[in-house]
Amino acid sequence: MESISSKKIIPGLRLTFGITVAILGLLVILPLSYIVIYTLKLSPGEFFEVIFTKRVLTSFWISISTALIATLINTVMGIIIAFVIVRYEFPGKKLMDGLIEIPFALPTAVAGISLTALYRENGVLGRFFHHFGIPVAYSRFGIVIALTFVSIPYVVRSVQPVLQNIDPSIEEAASSMGASRFRTFSKVIFPEIAPAVFSGAALAFGRCLGEYGSVVFIAGNMPFKTEILPLIIMSKLQEFSYSEASAIAFVMLIISFLILMISNIVASHNIRIKGGVS
Amino acid sequence: MERQNKNESTVLKWVLIIIAAVFLFIMVIMPLGMVVAGSFAKGLKYYIASITDKYTLKALLLTLRATIASVICTSVFGLIAAWAVTRYSFPGKKIIKSIIDIPVTISPVICGMIFLLLFGRQGLIYPILNKIGIDVIFAVPGIIIVTVFVTLPMVFREIVPVLEARGTEEEEAAAMMGASGWTIFTRITFPSIKWPFIYGMILSASRAMGEFGAVSVISGHLRGLTNTLPLHVEMLFNEFNTTEAFAVSSVLVILSIALLILRLVLQYISKKKIQKIQEVTD
Repeated sequence: MESISSKKIIPGLRLTFGITVAILGLLVILPLSYIVIYTLKLSPGEFFEVIFTKRVLTSFWISISTALIATLINTVMGIIIAFVIVRYEFPGKKLMDGLIEIPFALPTAVAGISLTALYRENGVLGRFFHHFGIPVAYSRFGIVIALTFVSIPYVVRSVQPVLQNIDPSIEEAASSMGASRFRTFSKVIFPEIAPAVFSGAALAFGRCLGEYGSVVFIAGNMPFKTEILPLIIMSKLQEFSYSEASAIAFVMLIISFLILMISNIVASHNIRIKGGVS
Repeated sequence: MERQNKNESTVLKWVLIIIAAVFLFIMVIMPLGMVVAGSFAKGLKYYIASITDKYTLKALLLTLRATIASVICTSVFGLIAAWAVTRYSFPGKKIIKSIIDIPVTISPVICGMIFLLLFGRQGLIYPILNKIGIDVIFAVPGIIIVTVFVTLPMVFREIVPVLEARGTEEEEAAAMMGASGWTIFTRITFPSIKWPFIYGMILSASRAMGEFGAVSVISGHLRGLTNTLPLHVEMLFNEFNTTEAFAVSSVLVILSIALLILRLVLQYISKKKIQKIQEVTD
């Protein structure tokens, strides 16, 4: 009670609160509400007609499946990279740590054209895959590559601090009692880092679902084949079908809020467990 | 037994390091190398000609304008909003925090789209803007507004955790002794968040510079008018001017890596500071 009343001592609540709410209202809530307004212009029947066309459903499937694969790759690689950086000493370790940040720092369009040039039929890496008859650029494989690139940092960065706080002596104890490496990892380390892995993966998945810049070049944007959700929204906007674009965006927003909610629930659940122990 | 264990763990160590290194080499270093190789594919002269091209310079200028506007807006908004959210307690704080996070959690295409709907021909504000004679959509103001939107939370997100961890005792004490809000802010609050504040500014600059999806929706792709650097890269690439596209990309790569190095240096400095404080308090 005392802390609530004492917090009112600091001047400026009304001013700063007012400015914050005003800016959020004008710049975030008002524009965002337009998605709802335009979606509501459609009758429920029309809404479902937009969402349940084969083209839109296919692009939902393409977006979700490629995002899931990219997230999975980065979950496994993220754990390995975080483990390597935290636990081992080797030349080039600092460089590796810095390289992780590149996908966040690099503009997505640059990543997009660079990956496309690498993976198309005559590209350095594309040639290799082409040799085995696997097309990468302008296929779903290419989308996975681009999404993997942009979401590399998430799992690494969320696992790293947790791993740093695990006492290596616990592992040593486990292995000296005869536990195998794999058993030590799965029974001792993994339970500790699991919530961080999960929240990193959720962020990566959310990013992948909405990603546009890096994918647009490598995907080739063929309806029913390599058209992801942001691309279908873009083409609806270019056709001035604003309501249809809004309906698809509306469903995408719901999906990303669901992901956010689930990861928040997992995070708070974990805090409660840890709080109970201490 | 012990030696065998140790051998086994050295092997495992190097296997894991090599897996990580190969993955990062293929996924990160090769794309970077591709930009360099692509830029100089037609020689140094062609490279210099591409990056000093009239349209490239115009795109660079627009990108810088949008970036500066974004950094200013996220800084001012971040400081005010973080002060409001962490220095007082009021109901609905969590909701405000999640609303602030919206621009970085939704798809860039949706970010651009909501402003297209708001300012576009069918939007409510269009008749008013039309009367005054201001173009927002497919014009420079639209690009700047959208870039400001996607970077709005950057500074806020960096300083809130620091302010929350520090508590409000010092500010309360100062207020009880009669200090004004401004004095409290400049003397007590700001010095403690200086580093994360600058860090947030760099993050927002780097995002603003490279923003593509949101700007793409709203720009209309008018060469020399509404093209930012990333949009210019797209246009060149789609016109099969691959070498020029990579040359312009290299400018973005240099800028973004410079910002990244600045960020890593800052991280290092603030880590040292925290260690020093811990040593003193220990």
